[in-house]
Parts: sequence; structure tokens; C-alpha cells
Amino acid sequence: MSKNTIMAGLAVFVLAVLSPFWFNLITTTQAAPKPELLGKAATAKKCVLDKYNMRAEHMYLLDVWRNSVVRLGDRKYTGTNGQTFNMSLSTGENSCLGCHEDKAKFCDSCHNYASVSPYCWDCHTNPKEIK
Amino acid sequence: MMIKSRRSFLKVAGIAAIGMGAAPVMNLAASESHGNAGPEITKNEESLHAKRWGMVIDTSKLTEEVAEAVNKACHKAHNVPDFTITPDPEKYPHARTIRDGQEIKWIWPEHFHYAFPDKEDEFLAEKFHDLPFLVTCNHCKNAPCVQACPTQATFKREDGIVIMDYHRCIGCRFCMAACPYGSRNFNFMDPRPFIEETAPGFPTRTKGVVEKCNLCAERLAKGEQPHCVEASEGAIVVGDLEDPESKIRHLLAEHYTIRRKQSLGTEPSVYYIV
Repeated sequence: MSKNTIMAGLAVFVLAVLSPFWFNLITTTQAAPKPELLGKAATAKKCVLDKYNMRAEHMYLLDVWRNSVVRLGDRKYTGTNGQTFNMSLSTGENSCLGCHEDKAKFCDSCHNYASVSPYCWDCHTNPKEIK
Repeated sequence: MMIKSRRSFLKVAGIAAIGMGAAPVMNLAASESHGNAGPEITKNEESLHAKRWGMVIDTSKLTEEVAEAVNKACHKAHNVPDFTITPDPEKYPHARTIRDGQEIKWIWPEHFHYAFPDKEDEFLAEKFHDLPFLVTCNHCKNAPCVQACPTQATFKREDGIVIMDYHRCIGCRFCMAACPYGSRNFNFMDPRPFIEETAPGFPTRTKGVVEKCNLCAERLAKGEQPHCVEASEGAIVVGDLEDPESKIRHLLAEHYTIRRKQSLGTEPSVYYIV
């Protein structure tokens, strides 16, 4: 007698619990924007870390760089691929923005999508913006 | 139902413990066999080194023009704001002009009376009354600002430069209270509207941090002399105080020099030839 009620209740419960999945099935989602490689970065093809590590670890890398540059004065980074980089966000040719020239496409598009707002640019300057 | 004796349980647990203890050792052995392939972080080859950086300012070569040029060169290159200018209303519609008296300075001309209050004699040689003395952070050996900083945002580098990590500064201003030379200034508001022309080679600061001279650490790392040295027409020399053969030590050996507020025991690294 109560078996039917229980089964019906269970069915409703499972449907309700999985509702985010149903919702995703019937709506379309926006895929995360891919950072666009423009200018020098498009031809160089040799970044500090490989693509997947860069995606996951770049904030950690920048933290290590900042401590190294400010505290120890070590400013030269030689990656596992043998390339050397000037450990700087935006000063000089061999810095992050020196190669990835378009900050909006390289940093902002992804950060906006992920709704993170790092405060790097409160102090660091985008060479394109101050011209 | 499985029944385990205490004896067999302890046996299994013991073997498992040995296995878990061995795993990190095995991993280490495995990683070492690949050799050192990690990234390498080093100093630039061309960077200038010193055991303890110091500065000698020859006041006989200082004129008002030179002092002005040094001040301009430093402040321009380091994006030090000038609160006397009116912000561009198009770029910064919300920026207000600032009440008189607020300044941010890294290196600036100062009168002898203020720079050396403890050396003011009753009958001071006349030339000192209007000589422009250039004052800046003294990069003290016993820096009181470093001791005062609760976050280690201000610290002493291996090579004697007292430098700031602006990322870590929480704006408590203990260092400003601790510094007996007034070498530190606080950003009470966003300095960007008050920077006439932003130099691309150095970041600006943000609201809520203290700032000061960094002895051009970013230039020493590239093998270049600080901006003040280049603009001073020979009046300022920067070098290694611990190296008896350095130019700066020769100057100190040949001339009578004074330092600011020596009696406080901070051991300033900036010397003045008078």
C-alpha cells in the first residue's frame, strides 16, 4: 500500500535532485572563451609553461615570480623548454604583455567569464593603455 | 562472517604501514633518475652586485638645477604622482584636486636645517644656508622601518637595499612613524590621475600603500646606474660600501662626509661630502 507512495516520492526526489542536469540539457551554455593568441604570441608558440599548466597554474607562477623579483632580485626565468623570459607582467619585450600584446583578449576575456577580478592592473600598467 | 585474530590484523597493518612509508622514498628515487629538468630562476647576467649598496652625494657639485633634474628624472621614471597638477577630467572624471600640503617624494631638495637638525651650529658656514641638499631614503643598515613593518612588506635585501613589496603593504603606516628621515609617503588616494605621463618601465602604486625610494633596484638588475646618478652630472655616486676598492669607498676615504641623524644609530648608507 505505502509502496506506491514511496516509489512516487523517490521518483520526484531523484528528478528534483538532478534538476541542474535537466536544466543544462534544455538550455545552451556559453563555453569559456579561449584566450586568443595575437601578435607576437601567435608566431612564437613558446610560452613559459605548456598550455594546460599555464591554464591551471598561472596564478601560482605569478606569485612565485613576484616574490623572486621583489625579494631576491632574480628576474630571469628559464623554462623547461629552454626559453628565457623576463619575469615581469608588463615591462619590456620579453614580459607577459610584451608578447601577449592584447590584455583584453589574453587576460580579461577569461577573467570576466570566470568572474574573477585580480587587482594586478591597479598598479601594473598596460603599455597599450598609457600610450 | 570473517573473523580476524588480533595477530593477523596487526600483521596486515604493519605491512601496510611499511608500504606507505616507502612510497615517498620511491617517488624521490624515481624523480631523481630523471635529472633536474625544472625551470630555473636566476639573476640577469648583466645585473650589478654589491654587498651593501650606498650613496655619496657631493654637495659641492649640487646646484639647484641639478637637484631639480635629479628629482624630475626619478619621479618621472617611477611614476611618482604630483598633486599640484589638475587631473585630466576626460580620463578621470571623479578625481578631485587635492588640498595643499599632500606630497609623495622619493628624492627631493631639502635645506640643511631640516636635513641635519642636529648639526646646526650657532655660526654655521654661510654656504649651508642656501645649499640644496638632496635627501632620500637612507637605506639604513639598522632600518627602523623594516623593524616596524608588521607584514614584512618593507624589508632589507641581501645587498642592503631597503625595499618595499607593495603587494604586501597593508597601509598601516608604522614605517612612516618609524622612519626618522621622512622618506616615506602614503597614498591617501589613487595616484594615477596625478601622474602626468605614465612611464611604462615601472608600475604605479595604488591607494592605501606607502612608497619610497628603491635605489632603482629595477635598473641595477639591468646593469644600469640609478636615475639620480645619471641625472646628477657626477654629484651622486652609488656603489658598494663593503668593497674597499670601490669608487664610493675611495670618495669616502678622501673626503670628510656627514650622515643624517647618525646619533640615532640607524647607520644610514647615504653620505654627504660637505
